[in-house]
Amino acid sequence: METLFSQTTEAIRREAKDLLESGKVAAFLGFVKGSLPTVTRPFVARTPEETDKLVWNGLCVMNLANYLPGLLKSLEPPRRPGEPPPEGPLPRVGVIATGCWSRNMVIQIQENQMDRERLVILGVDSHGMIDRRKLEVLAGGREIQSLEETDERVIISGRDFKMETARQEVLRDNCLTCVHPSPVILDKKIGPTVPERRVHEPFARIEEIERMDAGSRWAWFQEEIATCIRCYACRNACPLCYCPTCFVDDSHPQWVGKSIDKTDTATFHILRAYHCAGRCTDCGACESACPMGIKMRLFTRKLQKDCLELFASEPGLDLNSPLPLTTYQPEDPDTFIIAGSKKQGTQGGSEK
Amino acid sequence: MKNTDQKNPYLPYPGRIDAITIETEDQNLKTYRIILEKPEDMASWNHIPGQFAMLSLAGKGEIPIGIASSPTEKGHLLFTVNRAGVVTTALHKMDVGARIGIRGPLGNGFPVDEGLKGKNIVIIAGGFAFTTLRATLIYMLAHRQDYGKITVIYGARTPGMLLYKEELKAWSQRDDMEMFVTIDQDAPGWDGLVGFVPTIAGQVAPSPENSAALICGPPIMIKFTMPPLEKIGWTDDQVYLSLENRMKCGLGVCGHCNVGPVYVCKDGPVFTRAEVQKLPVEF
Amino acid sequence: MKILKLDNSDLKTLLTRWNETRDLFSPVEGNGKVGWQRIEPLAFNEPAEGVPRASIKVFFFPQPETLLEYSTRSGDRDAYVPRPAMGKGRERIILGVRPCDARSVMLNSLPFANDPYFKVRKDTTLIVGFTCERPCSTCFCSWTGGSPMGTEGMDIAMTKIEGGYLAAVLSEKGKELLGHLHDTKEASPEERKQLEALRKQAQKGTGPAGSPAEILRKKALMDLYNATFWQKLADSCINCGACTFLCPTCYCFDIQDETVKGKGRRIRYWDSCMFPLFTQHASGHNPRGQKIQRVRNRFMHKLKYFPERFGPLSCVGCGRCIRECPVNIDIREVMRDLLSIQ
Repeated sequence: METLFSQTTEAIRREAKDLLESGKVAAFLGFVKGSLPTVTRPFVARTPEETDKLVWNGLCVMNLANYLPGLLKSLEPPRRPGEPPPEGPLPRVGVIATGCWSRNMVIQIQENQMDRERLVILGVDSHGMIDRRKLEVLAGGREIQSLEETDERVIISGRDFKMETARQEVLRDNCLTCVHPSPVILDKKIGPTVPERRVHEPFARIEEIERMDAGSRWAWFQEEIATCIRCYACRNACPLCYCPTCFVDDSHPQWVGKSIDKTDTATFHILRAYHCAGRCTDCGACESACPMGIKMRLFTRKLQKDCLELFASEPGLDLNSPLPLTTYQPEDPDTFIIAGSKKQGTQGGSEK
Repeated sequence: MKNTDQKNPYLPYPGRIDAITIETEDQNLKTYRIILEKPEDMASWNHIPGQFAMLSLAGKGEIPIGIASSPTEKGHLLFTVNRAGVVTTALHKMDVGARIGIRGPLGNGFPVDEGLKGKNIVIIAGGFAFTTLRATLIYMLAHRQDYGKITVIYGARTPGMLLYKEELKAWSQRDDMEMFVTIDQDAPGWDGLVGFVPTIAGQVAPSPENSAALICGPPIMIKFTMPPLEKIGWTDDQVYLSLENRMKCGLGVCGHCNVGPVYVCKDGPVFTRAEVQKLPVEF
Repeated sequence: MKILKLDNSDLKTLLTRWNETRDLFSPVEGNGKVGWQRIEPLAFNEPAEGVPRASIKVFFFPQPETLLEYSTRSGDRDAYVPRPAMGKGRERIILGVRPCDARSVMLNSLPFANDPYFKVRKDTTLIVGFTCERPCSTCFCSWTGGSPMGTEGMDIAMTKIEGGYLAAVLSEKGKELLGHLHDTKEASPEERKQLEALRKQAQKGTGPAGSPAEILRKKALMDLYNATFWQKLADSCINCGACTFLCPTCYCFDIQDETVKGKGRRIRYWDSCMFPLFTQHASGHNPRGQKIQRVRNRFMHKLKYFPERFGPLSCVGCGRCIRECPVNIDIREVMRDLLSIQ
């Protein structure tokens, strides 16, 4: 059956093949079908033939921006540290971008992780991606052996069941509150336009957590990360996390214990979230990658809300507007750093 | 469980620092003389030159260090330690009398009693990788009749970066071995050889007939030392190297030091070059 | 081998008795809780199809394990002299263990053969396994030398049949656990036949012909190492440790000292060859500095290096890595690719 996804898949294959055939790019970054019905595999096509395998569907949950700096670097001719790059343009990469991924690309460009000139971006408006954990809940613990997806419906089946649901019911939480489905930088638009969305109460869950008293909030946080195995899939799936040596891995000095002590795990999650403050585009890759189903996206979502409220800033929408925490305006709110001041009487505790 | 039930391979012998020698002008290399606290531990200690031990600093961690003393030097152990990471930095701050654990000996060592007996030996060392070769040389000199001609080629960046300076002098005065000490660039007051180790090796290395070479040094030195040796007929199975991968358990379990299917800590650190050539380049 | 026929009330009675002197554990899922938890005897439910998300390696190779303890008060006579930390604790029974997980304990006991900590854990832990009636699509235990009806590593193996379970008694400890039932509840010849038929049925595996472990042992190391498909894996891989930490047979670890208020301990904790710092020297030199080297090492270790050293693959075919890999790296494809190299 023809769907928006199948049409987009065809268009991506065509464009990617053309880009590789014409030599405009050295590699094309997209997705191929996975070996399981609920996952896709990020894939680098290096020959025109390989583009026949590319797919586009609601299971493309990994943020492709994450791969770009490394892939671009791997395509450069090898050179010694400190040696300048060769004359002339470096090899380029073609890539698919939705709204949030394109915003991550903007941030990577702003943070000097890559050059815009080396990207050929095929922009695709996102219809929202599927949360496979929600599918698992729907299947009630039974193994999902096949999945079909139409524009509005998702049908899953297993050994002795078949179920159908509206896509909306199984979309990832971040997609449900997304207001920017369209890519902000692109070289060619693929597929139909999805209108900017109005989301009723986009921060409802965050506000719910904010209303908790400190003790309950801490208990919620501890409970949420209790099953963390410190595999760092959330960090490694994130295009913002590109430090050559992450603070959790560093041992000289060592900032945090490396086993699964509660305090260490909490430190990891809090610092990871704060490193993303003012940069996170709520792409949801962290949560999609987590093998334990931890909802760590809520931590960055809270910071996103704060940035919006404090600096009226949404990161990555514009290549020319600096990220909120890398710039300073005299009128920036400062109640949280000035001793003795209180923000609406809720942040107290430091007054003597 | 008491330690007497079974030998716990993670439990170090308690020892104390007996003496510290600053070896190099940059003070980054110090030799620690360690005495195991229990006389019976010290008496039963035995190792093969080329083996290493874990220096264990309670509260800081462990670090694998080649044993610089020869098993023929009884009553103490020597370790020459470069200050690099967490544990070695802490060790460099410690004084004589401080407690230190020793876990070992670990690894295989040079085949001083099997493969090398009766052969002419060429020891080639660069920088601070001379340590286990010092152990080997002392051992061979103590069993001098077991080996043929002994040639030592040792180089450092500057005269001040040479290890074991007093011993180097003594060895160059011996008439039962040949000693070539070289520095990278000429320096005031230096009247010895000048030039990189590979160059000197090319000039002075003996014929490969019934010979073995033991080479320790930075990878780049090893790489450039091979062509001049090959030119005069040396083959890979005559050349012994000591690899230095990151190690944690020292028992061939934890997985940090593997090069393909071999564990450097257990199957090595000493391999012939022929063995190394068959492995992935992951060292 | 002695086979007993137990009904549900026999099982309940046994669990209640076992619980008097031992701790019972079983897989608990749902409500955001995943993993193996201590349970009350009557709370035990037959395990859900397939394997729980967490493997049982945590019982034998805890995260972390305290190896040594010492005082860091310089006034103490034995300050900085470590002593082994090894409490035996109560015996534990792990209930509802699938054949793949039970077999993983046997495989891990090969590298840990001389490890006193692993040995204590193994000596004090009993495994009551449940064979698999219906393997999942990600299960491939038969490729790795196991079977859905496998009993390796178990003390007792339960197989569900009409009206209860057939319990195969596999060790002295298993026999002890069954108490008087061991001599009174013997299965009938028909029931034994039924079990035999199920075992035969389970041997009809899918997957590659022959023994992959044997075939891969014989292949030339560098032919496998230099295969071109590793680049494709590295392209997709994000180099996290999800596969490693969920894997029942990944056993790499790091060792570190921790000190708090005059007390110190040396712990070993799970590490992953997928992490860049795993192999990095203090000098900064890194023998496996590239992602492709690390991805390759993980699979080569399981499928080539381990078999060369110990015989079997370091994989039990539980399929956890396949299910939870965020980018769908599938070890079955890697195995097929390696097997196809001539």
